Amino acid sequence: MSTTTADLLYLIPIVTFILALRFLSSPAHARRGNQIGAAGMIVAIVVTWIKAGGTSWWAIVIGMLIGGGFGAFAARKVKMTAMPQMVALFNGVGGGAAALIALAELHRLLPPPGRPHVDVLIAMALSGLIGAVSFAGSMIAFAKLQELIGGRPITYPGQNVGNMVLLAVLVALAIALSVGVQDQWLLWVIVGGGSLFGVLFVLPIGGADMPVVISLLNAFTGLAVAIGGFELQNNVLIVAGMLVGASGTLLTLKMGKAMNRSLGNLLFSAFGQVTAEAAAVAAGAGGGTVRSASAEDVAVMLAYAHKVVFVPGYGLAVAQAQHDVRQLADMLEAKGVEVTYAIHPVAGRMPGHMNVLLAEANVPYTQLKEMDEANPEFSRTDVAVVVGANDVVNPDARSNQSSPIYGMPILNVDEAQAVVVLKRSMNPGFAGIENPLFYNPKTVMLFGDAKESIMKLTAAVKTL
Amino acid sequence: MSHTMLLVFEVTILVLAIFLGFEVISKVPTLLHTPLMSGTNAIHGIVVAGAMIVLAEPGKGAFTWIVGFVAVVLGSANVVGGFVVTDRMLEMFKKREPAKPEDAAEGKDAS
Repeated sequence: MSTTTADLLYLIPIVTFILALRFLSSPAHARRGNQIGAAGMIVAIVVTWIKAGGTSWWAIVIGMLIGGGFGAFAARKVKMTAMPQMVALFNGVGGGAAALIALAELHRLLPPPGRPHVDVLIAMALSGLIGAVSFAGSMIAFAKLQELIGGRPITYPGQNVGNMVLLAVLVALAIALSVGVQDQWLLWVIVGGGSLFGVLFVLPIGGADMPVVISLLNAFTGLAVAIGGFELQNNVLIVAGMLVGASGTLLTLKMGKAMNRSLGNLLFSAFGQVTAEAAAVAAGAGGGTVRSASAEDVAVMLAYAHKVVFVPGYGLAVAQAQHDVRQLADMLEAKGVEVTYAIHPVAGRMPGHMNVLLAEANVPYTQLKEMDEANPEFSRTDVAVVVGANDVVNPDARSNQSSPIYGMPILNVDEAQAVVVLKRSMNPGFAGIENPLFYNPKTVMLFGDAKESIMKLTAAVKTL
Repeated sequence: MSHTMLLVFEVTILVLAIFLGFEVISKVPTLLHTPLMSGTNAIHGIVVAGAMIVLAEPGKGAFTWIVGFVAVVLGSANVVGGFVVTDRMLEMFKKREPAKPEDAAEGKDAS
């Protein structure tokens, strides 16, 4: 196959990738879009295989069977609650592949008389560096989300300065590789240093900020792949990689906005550090009493309400309670109660994570309300049921300037007639921030594991 | 085409892809942000095509071959896993399913 034919055929995957993203604008046809994208990917792989395969075609097939087999197996087995770490893992291996391509290409092009063009060298240095950061960073994110290592931020003195120095050194090495010192070991140092930077960069970021990190690393891998396209003069890599780079960047910024924090603050402030003293302040200021209720009391509140809004958070995912919540909601609906779900953009461990979990439990997506849509509804809601969410309903974000989450848009559950909070204990949540909502006279607490509490509620509603 | 002309052309499509990416993604609702991440994750699995080219490059040593092979394995894990996970997720997003007989009966009771 000639290069021209291959380049023309590569237009097919390019168009299907754009369509796949375009179709994601509505859940009604999103799945079809993904299938179109997958079909385009098959075209890209077959065209590349025929054109470039040569005598190594069998090695490509074996490699793809191994990698693809693992990917398909892991993707089929993973639970929906474990989705964030699975995405992190697949993202990491993609970044690793981009870094390896740079190493292999440099090894091939360097021996005399090969003198690679400067732009190709720049591309190798950058895709090696960014790919390595993405690979190592994603692996740490995976380990944190899988709880192989602690989710709490890991910090030490001089951390940010140290990271910045390391990054500066790596950039200097990348420049050196591009303009003069054409030596392979330099790229190895860049890739090794990039991996180290990836580890050091993700370690201090708390588990609660992981959605943002994964989104950013996704953008990094996309960028590394696009730059890899410059090494191989391959358009489909450039376009597909850059589409992902652009979308990942935009999504990261959107999430930062949803948390009212700048990207710099998210990535370099080791969130959760400041909170010890802030929590003390809030607790002192709150000083109210907490009302706890029995499942039977809450069941009565729910069954005789006109409108109930569920506010799910990560606690729901941990307890795997999405199916039980749905059962309870069904029962309430059968009693004529209007039920919706209010979903904060950063609830869970991944943007939109709650939507996926509730969809898994067969909740129709028309009942899932985004923040802007949900907030005006609270004033005419009888009961808001907060299941394992904390920071996203913390009124301190509106009113307490000393709170670390001040300014973050929240779900205004305190505007509802009554609030029920399902919570394990009075321990502050993942981010360690005290929540005055719990001391609000309108609020009752139902302590216990989210799944058990919901099941008790369902049983109690059934007897009414 | 000279190398410089090719480079200019490639940079042009890179820049256009940035704007296209922003444009298309800004229309994706929050509801679908997890599938969006996972779907874009699958798309950058195109790196497997690059890995294939490297692995199959003629006239190279064992080093390139091994590194290329590992890259093909990693890249295909990315691409297959990415699309399968996204498909599983999107499969779950449903409208309210047609009312079951007992639901319909209860609906009548309520009204």
